[in-house]
Amino acid sequence: MSVINKIRKEILENYLFSEDESELNNDESFLEYGIIDSTGVLELIFFLEEEFSIEVKDREMIPENLDSVTNLVNYLKAKGIE
Amino acid sequence: MIVSNTKQVINRLLSDSLRCSYQNKPDKIAVIEADESYTYSDLYLQSTQLAHRLIERGVIKGDRVAIFLDNSWQAIVSIYATMYAGGVFVVINPQTKAGKLQYILEDCESKVLITARKYKKVVSPAIKNNSFLNGIVIKNFEQGCFSTDIPCEAFDGSEQNTAEPNTPKKRAQLDLVRVIPTDLAALIYTSGSTGFPKGVMQTHQSMFFTAWSLIEYLRMDENDRIFLVLPIAFDYGLYQVLISVNLGATIILEQSFAYPAKIYTRIEETQPTVFPAVPTMYAHMIAAYQREPISFPSIKTITNTAAALHVDSVPWLHKIFPNALIFKMYGLTECKRVCYLEPELIDEKTSSVGKAIPGTETFLLSEDGKPVAANEPGILHVRGPHVMAGYWHQPERTEKMLIDGILPGEKVLCTHDIFKMDDEGYLYFVSRSDDIIKSKGEKVSPTEVENILLKLDAVLEAAVVGIADETSGQSIVAFIVQDEKNNLNSKKIRMHCSNNMESFMVPSFIIFIDEMPKSPNGKIDKKLLVTKAETANANRRS
Repeated sequence: MSVINKIRKEILENYLFSEDESELNNDESFLEYGIIDSTGVLELIFFLEEEFSIEVKDREMIPENLDSVTNLVNYLKAKGIE
Repeated sequence: MIVSNTKQVINRLLSDSLRCSYQNKPDKIAVIEADESYTYSDLYLQSTQLAHRLIERGVIKGDRVAIFLDNSWQAIVSIYATMYAGGVFVVINPQTKAGKLQYILEDCESKVLITARKYKKVVSPAIKNNSFLNGIVIKNFEQGCFSTDIPCEAFDGSEQNTAEPNTPKKRAQLDLVRVIPTDLAALIYTSGSTGFPKGVMQTHQSMFFTAWSLIEYLRMDENDRIFLVLPIAFDYGLYQVLISVNLGATIILEQSFAYPAKIYTRIEETQPTVFPAVPTMYAHMIAAYQREPISFPSIKTITNTAAALHVDSVPWLHKIFPNALIFKMYGLTECKRVCYLEPELIDEKTSSVGKAIPGTETFLLSEDGKPVAANEPGILHVRGPHVMAGYWHQPERTEKMLIDGILPGEKVLCTHDIFKMDDEGYLYFVSRSDDIIKSKGEKVSPTEVENILLKLDAVLEAAVVGIADETSGQSIVAFIVQDEKNNLNSKKIRMHCSNNMESFMVPSFIIFIDEMPKSPNGKIDKKLLVTKAETANANRRS
């Protein structure tokens, strides 16, 4: 499964509790649309660390890296995961 | 707000302080949100302009106006606009789901709803069949964005013609709205043990008094810059706005603590002096500090309420905020705040929440209404102008909380919470008398969560308890007895919860049991469930 699909699957299954792909727009801010709240961000980080074997540093925990599917894909790409 | 015959600005209503700050320093920055700054002139002119629009929408003195927005410039404009129109503002947490939003809008009989297009998925179902709304005012409006017959109009808080409301004629129109200090200013909805939120009624004079009492003991002044990440739907967040406007100070708005690193950067960029938070946020900051030191020297005041600050946190907070006084406080929405501990005593009175806030009194009574001796547990009672006027449309429940005082006709607040007072008069929290869970600084009613769980056909019985948790204060555990024919799993239940309740209410874990433990009179034995949940949690962790 591609990186983007892994991420979409995680968000749809565990945050939106939906199988409807149209519920999740890749560019929509998770926070703005109430998809993820502050606890959810920590869970998302655990997911990233486990799934992709990376370490998410405190200073990397910013919306530019984490707050949409597209941002996540770009962040992982910068970490060498494609 | 009568200004016609006097040169003085009369400060009597909660909304008068905005006019005062506007006249004294129109160009001072009132609000900072992301890259935008807004002056007191912007705030006053936008609020009065929106007030005229609310009046055109039919708002008259005493009408409720619901504000369903996150921490934003438009939300602050809406609060003051509502007051200038003579209305009663009701700020609703934007995390609220459709069912509860519908309940609140109908319960308070809101005449106008102010919201944003991005909430259409929640708002559209919530306003179906609503017969009270005369209009919806929408940020980022698009034609037809809410499928409804209720008239919708755009509002962005940056509308032109802002000079117009200040013409003598327009001003006279607002002066005709004869609000007096004993009129209601706000309804603040709070979770109740019955499972339905209750609207706490607060008058102008009460909120005006309380804001100044907080300003006094927090030693704040007009040079302060308050960093607000707590939701303004929460009275703790709302009062930061009121305090800031009363002082003519500056408030810096952030929507959420979800990305702590972003918050840390914002603090460095904006150099605030006051940082109000809840223990969960401090816990995150301490954990971050332990990985890599962070320090915010600009902050001179930090405050904590909603749940107790752990004693061990204090030394860490001194490191993170090297120049800050730490205020521990206690309160409930019914009187906003009860007490605070002088920061100089934080290392001496480690587990105390201090004494009554300025201008108010507290005392402890036994079950049968007798005074209790020092260091003995008793029911906390609160007396002062900050006490609510009652719960909206709920006289019986009001009667339970507001009881006769010593003076004829006087009402004092019986908190039903158990406290001790030492021989110097310092208060110590002992326990709550209801089963409300405090999770991540939010009040969660177990009954409300249970009622939502029971809406699933396969759930025969549900019981919700809170167990101690280092980060959230308490975490929520749901026990479920399910119909054998169905195969429910935790995920399905959490999905149902997420769709029907705010995320802070969603149980952290779910335990299936065959039978609920019950007392001889048939009541679910929640104490036993707490023990079971604690054991399960300990096993899960190890």
